[in-house]
Amino acid sequence: MKTVLDVLWKDALIEWRARARTVALLSFAYTVLLLFAFAIGPDAAALRQHAGAYLWLGMLLCSTLLLDRTMRIEFEADAIQRLLLTPVSAPGLFFGKALSNTLQLWLVGLFSVPLVIVVCDASLVEHVGTLLLTIALGGAGLAAPGTLYSAMLARLSGRQLLLPLMLFPLVVPVIVAAVKTTSLVMLGDPMEQTDSWMLLLLCFNLVYWSLCGVLFGRVVEA
Amino acid sequence: MNIRWESWVGGLGLLMLIGAHYAGLFVAPPEAMMGDVGRILYAHVPTAWVGLLTYLVAFIAGVGALLTGKAGWDAMVEASVEVGLLLNVLLLVQGSLWAKPTWGVYWTWDPRLTTCAIMVVAFGVVLALRKQIDDPARRLTLSSVATIVAFVNVPIVYMSVKWWRTLHQNFSSPDTVSSSMVTPLRIAAFGMLFLATSFVVRRWRLSLAQLNAEFEAPDLPEPSAPLRVED
Repeated sequence: MKTVLDVLWKDALIEWRARARTVALLSFAYTVLLLFAFAIGPDAAALRQHAGAYLWLGMLLCSTLLLDRTMRIEFEADAIQRLLLTPVSAPGLFFGKALSNTLQLWLVGLFSVPLVIVVCDASLVEHVGTLLLTIALGGAGLAAPGTLYSAMLARLSGRQLLLPLMLFPLVVPVIVAAVKTTSLVMLGDPMEQTDSWMLLLLCFNLVYWSLCGVLFGRVVEA
Repeated sequence: MNIRWESWVGGLGLLMLIGAHYAGLFVAPPEAMMGDVGRILYAHVPTAWVGLLTYLVAFIAGVGALLTGKAGWDAMVEASVEVGLLLNVLLLVQGSLWAKPTWGVYWTWDPRLTTCAIMVVAFGVVLALRKQIDDPARRLTLSSVATIVAFVNVPIVYMSVKWWRTLHQNFSSPDTVSSSMVTPLRIAAFGMLFLATSFVVRRWRLSLAQLNAEFEAPDLPEPSAPLRVED
């Protein structure tokens, strides 16, 4: 647990010292959301209907930039070898990096929600806590496989193309469940479906975090 | 002439498929709701079953490759992913051909169809990843990991008709299907299984030979010393 917290602290320090990158990431999230809104045009009903989808597509696009960057710094000048010699266990490193990515995705999500509400004329019909829990589980569901894949691809020349190609198909269930839950929070949930979608999100998180945690050691060794 | 056992198995599979399709087209009764269009089930359902089974083989081979590091398992990953991908694409084509007269469109964003299409990308990327890596040991590890993670899609595809509201048929059982339809379906399923087994084994031999050649290839000679100008 201490290893996880140490890696998390290290990443937090790096991100704090390079705050401009985080600001750029948030700016990218805002730009993507605005582009979705521009693409649909002034149809307020359509914007409201699909507000949840725009939020999560924005998060997904941001995740590829974020994941590539946070893992690349570990592989520059073979820093990861020195980190592992400290010694840091591979599972500890995975959970630390994945948690760090999760926190940054939560940040992107929390920054995007107000813009979605304003631009798409959306409102929070259901409890705001449900939306926060959706962002928490959705962000974590993107971060775990994303951390594994970005480590796998960090040394390859085609990583910027391969990362979304590998990540997007895998996280479709997470995105579908997160979009559905967010839409239910924004549009109302008369059929009380939120709990079942949230359960699906939770299940995929359990699968991804455990599976990727087990496999990460082999990836780092390679 | 030395004919390997997988050729016999493939030939038997092909004969079984021909027989089953003859029975499915000319002997079995038309499907109660869809009529003659429903006869595609003798090709579509075996393709789906065997396709998912081939991905299961890829998953097991991926685990085997990670645990042992042996080229045989790695070759099996490549072979089974390739054949699984072929069957998966065939499945989508068959489904589209069936969907046009039944649903009025070749493609609709139905959960079963969408998850199946996603599965093509997930396993296709494994092959793309293999092509990107020259070092055999790294390729073994990374493609095995990618295969194991991509396998998460398989239960999602299988359960998609249960988890989401879908236009696609739900699970059937022999109890709900006429016996005159079950028999050709079973023969077609085993025929497809034998044919796919033959493909996988042939591809595995080829892949293993390529991997062994890579391991045995001599190292490149040291570069010659740079020219030096004598004082």
